[in-house]
Order: sequence, then C-alpha cells, then structure tokens
Amino acid sequence: MRLLTGNDLKTGAVTWWTGSDWSIHVEDAVDVTGGEEEIARREESARRVNAPYAVDAELSDGSPRPSHIKERMRALGPTVRPDLTLKPADPEIGNWVI
Amino acid sequence: MYKYDQYDQTMVDARVEEFRDQARRRLEGKLTEDQFKPLRLMNGLYLQLHAYMLRVAIPYGTLDSRQMHALADIADKYDRGYGHFTTRQNIQYNWIKLEDAADILADLAKVEMHAIQTSGNCIRNISSDHFAGAAADELVDPRPYAELLRQWSSFHPEFSYLPRKFKIAVIASEKDRAAMRLHDIGINIVKNEAGELGAAFYVGGGMGRTPMIAPCINPFVPLDQLVTYAEACLRVYNRHGRRDNKYKARIKILVHELGAEEYTRQVEAEFAHLLDQGVEPPLAELERIKTYFEDPLFETGAAAALDRSDPDFALWVDRNTIAHKAEGYASVVISLKPVGGIPGDATAEQMRLMADLAKQYSFDELRVMHTQNIVLPHVRKADLHALWTALDEAGLGSPNLDTVEDIIACPGLDYCSLANARSIPIAQKISERFARTGKTGTLGELKLKISGCINACGHHHAGHIGILGVDRKGVENYQLLLGGSEAEDVSLAKITGPGFDENGIVDAVETVTTVYERERQDGERFVDTYRRIGMDPFKEALYG
Amino acid sequence: MADTLRYRDDEPVDHPAVTVDSFLDQSNASAVRIEPGDDARELLPHLERLALVEVNFPAFGDGRGYSSARILREAGYEGELRAVGDVLVDQLAYMRRCGFDAFEPDQQLDMDDVKAAFERWPEVYQKAADTRTPIWTKRHA
Repeated sequence: MRLLTGNDLKTGAVTWWTGSDWSIHVEDAVDVTGGEEEIARREESARRVNAPYAVDAELSDGSPRPSHIKERMRALGPTVRPDLTLKPADPEIGNWVI
Repeated sequence: MYKYDQYDQTMVDARVEEFRDQARRRLEGKLTEDQFKPLRLMNGLYLQLHAYMLRVAIPYGTLDSRQMHALADIADKYDRGYGHFTTRQNIQYNWIKLEDAADILADLAKVEMHAIQTSGNCIRNISSDHFAGAAADELVDPRPYAELLRQWSSFHPEFSYLPRKFKIAVIASEKDRAAMRLHDIGINIVKNEAGELGAAFYVGGGMGRTPMIAPCINPFVPLDQLVTYAEACLRVYNRHGRRDNKYKARIKILVHELGAEEYTRQVEAEFAHLLDQGVEPPLAELERIKTYFEDPLFETGAAAALDRSDPDFALWVDRNTIAHKAEGYASVVISLKPVGGIPGDATAEQMRLMADLAKQYSFDELRVMHTQNIVLPHVRKADLHALWTALDEAGLGSPNLDTVEDIIACPGLDYCSLANARSIPIAQKISERFARTGKTGTLGELKLKISGCINACGHHHAGHIGILGVDRKGVENYQLLLGGSEAEDVSLAKITGPGFDENGIVDAVETVTTVYERERQDGERFVDTYRRIGMDPFKEALYG
Repeated sequence: MADTLRYRDDEPVDHPAVTVDSFLDQSNASAVRIEPGDDARELLPHLERLALVEVNFPAFGDGRGYSSARILREAGYEGELRAVGDVLVDQLAYMRRCGFDAFEPDQQLDMDDVKAAFERWPEVYQKAADTRTPIWTKRHA
C-alpha cells in the first residue's frame, strides 16, 4: 500500500493522510495508491500539509507499517527517547520502528 | 567575552523582524516552501524527521550564564525540556513549531543570541578553540578574529547564495583543537620571524562524501588584510564553485579540481583587486573587540595543591581538567557523555546548573566543544572539589574526556532525515560495553566518532576509530574506520572492510581495542599503534 | 509580465539586451545580459559603451550574479544594473547592496513587501557596492 505523509506547516508534526484529513497517527493512514499526486498537490496548495510525499507500507496487525525504517521513525519518534514518542507507555515501540 | 553594542543589537533585532515577516508570508501562502526554505535555513530552521529543528548559534562556542539560562528556558518553553550541543559548537532543539520560531528568535535577541546563518548556503558559525583564553600554548586568543569574521560574514550581501554551506574555524596555536584543517577555511594566527602576527589560511578541507585536508593557501596574511583575504577566497568560490551537482559543490572540490596552486593564484588576483576597495575594517575595530577578551582578574598566588584523597575526585581531575596558563587555575570539561547516555544532550535543568556553576566558579563563562562537551575555562583549583561534587550529583561528572566513552555522535536516524542508520544507540552500547569491562582507563586517549550517514556530521573520518552508518538493502549497517585525526596530526581514517550490524559493530570496536592492547608500545595511543603497525593486524582480528 | 522596479533617474535603455558574446562582437549594442556562468570581467574594457547590464537569475539560489554585480560596480560601471528572473522580495536588499538599481522579476512583487525589504536594515556590517557605511567604520569615525 502507499501512504501519503508530510509535516504540518505550523507545528512541524509528522502527519498522515486519512482519506479526509491529516492525522499524527499512522494507524489512521489510508492507501492512496493511484491518487497520491493529486491529493498531495491539492492539500499542499491549501497549506493543510507541508512537503507531502508518498511511501510504501504493509499492513501489520491490521495497521499500516511503513516499509522503510526512516518512515517508521517519523511515524513514532526517536527510539532513544521512548518518552518523547507517540506511544511512551509501550515498551515494544522500539521493535516496531527497528 | 564580546558584548553587543547598539549596532549589533540593531542587526539581530532587524533579523528577527525580517524572519517574522517571512514566516507570516509562508503561513499565508505568499511564499511557497521552495521559496521559504532557503530563508528559514538562513535562520537555522530545518524541517527535520519529527518536527522543525532550530539550530541556535553559539559564536565560537562562547556563552555566559545568562545566555545558558535563556537556552534552558527555550528548551522548557518551546521544546521538550532539552537541547543538543553540536559538533560545530552550536545547540539544536528538535521539537520546534514554525509558529513559535520568530518568538524564539526574539527571546534569543534579548540575550544577544541568534540563529543567523546556522544553515543554508552561506557562511556558518565561525568556530574556534574551546580553551581559548585559557590554554597555555596559545599565541593569542583567537576569538577576537573569529568575532571580526562573524560580523563580516553576517548578512553578507554577496555570499548568501553560495554553491553550498561554508564553515570557517580560527585557532592560534600549534595544537589544533578546532579541527581547523577540516574546514572550508581554517585560519591559524601565527607569528613571523619579525615577531609580527598574521593569519595562515588553509582552504578546501572538509569531511562528508569526499573528505579532504585543507592545503595552506597563504602562510602569512597580515592581520590588517585578514577580512580582505577572506573576501577574496569567498568570491572565487561564489563565482567558480560547482553548481551542477550538490555533492560536488563545496569549496574543497573546487580547490581539488583547480589544484591548490591555481586556486591560490585566483585568490591572490582577487585579493590584489579587493585591497583597493576598502573592504577591510579599520584596525581599531580589532583592537576594540580585543578589549572584550582580556584575561579575567585571576587571583595571584591561588593555591595549586589539591586534596586528592577521594579517588573518584582524583580520577576526574586527572581526566577532565586541563592545565591553565594562570597558576592555580584549571579548565574543566563537563562531560555530556554519561555512560549509556545520548552524547551532547543536556536537559534544561542541567543547563541551568552549568550556568550557575559557571557564574560561581568560572568568571561567568562557558564554552561548547565541537566534541559535544562543555568547558568551564577558568576555575580555581581550590574550587574544583566543590564544582565536581555539584556536577557529579547532576550526572555531569563522568571522568571520561578523550576516552572511548567520550564519543562524538551525530543525531543519526533517530532525529535526522538525512541519516541512513541510527548512531546514538551505537554510542550507548559502546560506552556501556567499555564501562562494564572496565577498559576505559586502560585504553587511554581514544577518539571515537560516529556518523549516521555519509554527510559525516559525526566527523567519523577524523576518528581514531570512526563508524559510518549506511543503508544496506534497507537494513542498517555499520562500517568501521581506523586511523583518523582532527588535531595537528590530521589524517583521514581508512575503512577496515565489510560492515557489521548493530551488535557486530560494538564487538568490532572491542576487537580492535584488544589488538591495540596486545600490540602497543610505551606511551602509544590507539592511533599511534595503528599508524605504526598498519591495518593488517586489525583486519586479521576482525575478519580472520 | 511583472512590473520592472527601477531606482534611477535617467531614461531606461529602449532596446533589448544582447548576450555577452554578441556584445563583444558588436560595436553598437549598449545593453548586455550576463548569465550566471559568464565572466563579468569580460565587459570591463567596454564599460563606457554600456548603459544597461542585466544579470540573469534563472534560479534565485544561484548567487553568482551578486559577484558579477559587485565586480562591475567596483570597476566603475555607473549605468543601470538590473537583476532579472527569479528575483523575489527577500533577495532585494542584498541585491541593492551589491549594486543593483533595477529589478525585473518573473513574478509580480507585492510593493508593500518591497518597501519593507528595502527599509529592513538600519545598519550594515560590511562594505559592499552601495554607499552605506559599515558599522565598523561608524564605530571609529
């Protein structure tokens, strides 16, 4: 599957296209195969996202898991500071990224 | 240290308003991201892996307690309670919002700080010797020259859209504590036979994809022509540096492709022309700046004897304090490399403590080392024990300067969108391994540097042991390099062979240190033994 | 077509600029356009002929034109020096300091933004091709 991702223009937070909106949670991301360029262009012009691009992902336990480690790092946060990630209470988050 | 006059303050204030306006126009859509990006980079604002990252300038690594407090306040108010000290003596915040950026710059301007030109294709922070003004071996304090160049390079109208970034370092000693030969321009203030001071210019050094050691372009530029010469070097680069390929755009490529002789010829011609253009500041300006860098009022007859009965204190004194030019004083290195910690990171609380300790014990001055530790340059020996006690309580007392635990690591894939591999966990594992086996002391001086990608922000080419993280078919892989040095014995490290995974690289580092222990002769550091016996014994041990 | 901004009192040249190669070939052209890769010093023997030098910025990130401009002013060129192409508001102040006195941007500029850009800097640190006095000269006047 393909996910569309970017950063929120104002806050810089990593965001994922949900089909109707942008979410900081990669679990909310949808498959944009076939429509990625059009959505990216529209959303960027409206400044609802900054510097969007599409990435590969697979479903893992029912949720999208980006194929590349860098994108997984973006999805969750730094493995060396679990307290600063989106899932600070989850002891397995490092494994999900790596 | 330097203090702004109303002119300096006017400039940073104007810059804040300029950026505020640019950010507003971006948020309103009047500027596209492509148009805005170079502008925000010239104010140190990156769009990074997790958020915007702001790189605040710490000119030639010098700051006072008021400024360090301000950096702590910014960490708490706008970021997530910590900052990262970099390999160019700056500080980075990783969780910045664009909508806050102008306010942060305004807060910085109140304490004579800024983020001007800490990124972008322009002249960056001028770095210098972190022991400047304290080291017994320096000819003069190099920082007035760095300050002069800071002013010259700030908002330079001709050199703000260079082919690529431009990094300058200034030292004034035979010992190179600023990796001067690995900069785009390295300047060493020297004395000629007549006893006059001048500037030796080295141009075309750098790390990254194609590491190079800067050749000497001019061994003696008179000090009243320093800025004109720098301008000539930059103009030749701006006009002729490659713009066709981002990875071949640094000045080191130009110097290499033209040859040092031809590059020098072009610079000398431009220099001769520029000497008639009134580009040089009046010598009185250098004299004015120097007045800010006079020695603090050292106590005469300060006690030199130390009570070394506490072995932990004695170890820290031996490892982390440096001889000072003034009797009874020492320079202190505060380690930001606790075993298993994140190299170069400091919490806001730690920053405040360091600030207060500087005010109390070091004439209100701190330095940021390019090796990501903090220096208190002027501490009375009589105060060392009290200082160490306070540092130790706060986790800042690791006695590991220049040991295998004193690792330089870039932020790597945990923080950086350019990275191919994580570097911080490798640093953590390595320091933990050596602390656990108790080998840190026996190995002595061992400069280990880790980069998470070929851009080499961890300076791995200049490590006695260097590690480069690469992407090998989507999996992190680590190359081991040996024999680099960033000091006056400058050399570039060589790769040992095939890379290792994240556990293998830790074993590999341990393996090569074992070879060193086996082979070393009297007084040899790791890098000395490597230079004597060559790569083969290490390769043998690593790969069989 | 965006408005040209001009900060000179004399009459603008009324014929198009030719390339550097053409200019050096002809004897009657008085307007030339410099590309980023051109050597501005090739024009130095012919400055009295020139009433207009256009400096092209195909991409605003290519800063070679700033050096070209300064080199011409340092050589005594007093005619119109016009930055053309990808010229945005945020480059205007530095361009002016390098000696440009006219601007022909591809995109229309907001005149309020232009005014703000030129009024942004009450002081300047270093000497350039304009007449502004560097801070270090003022300090020791």
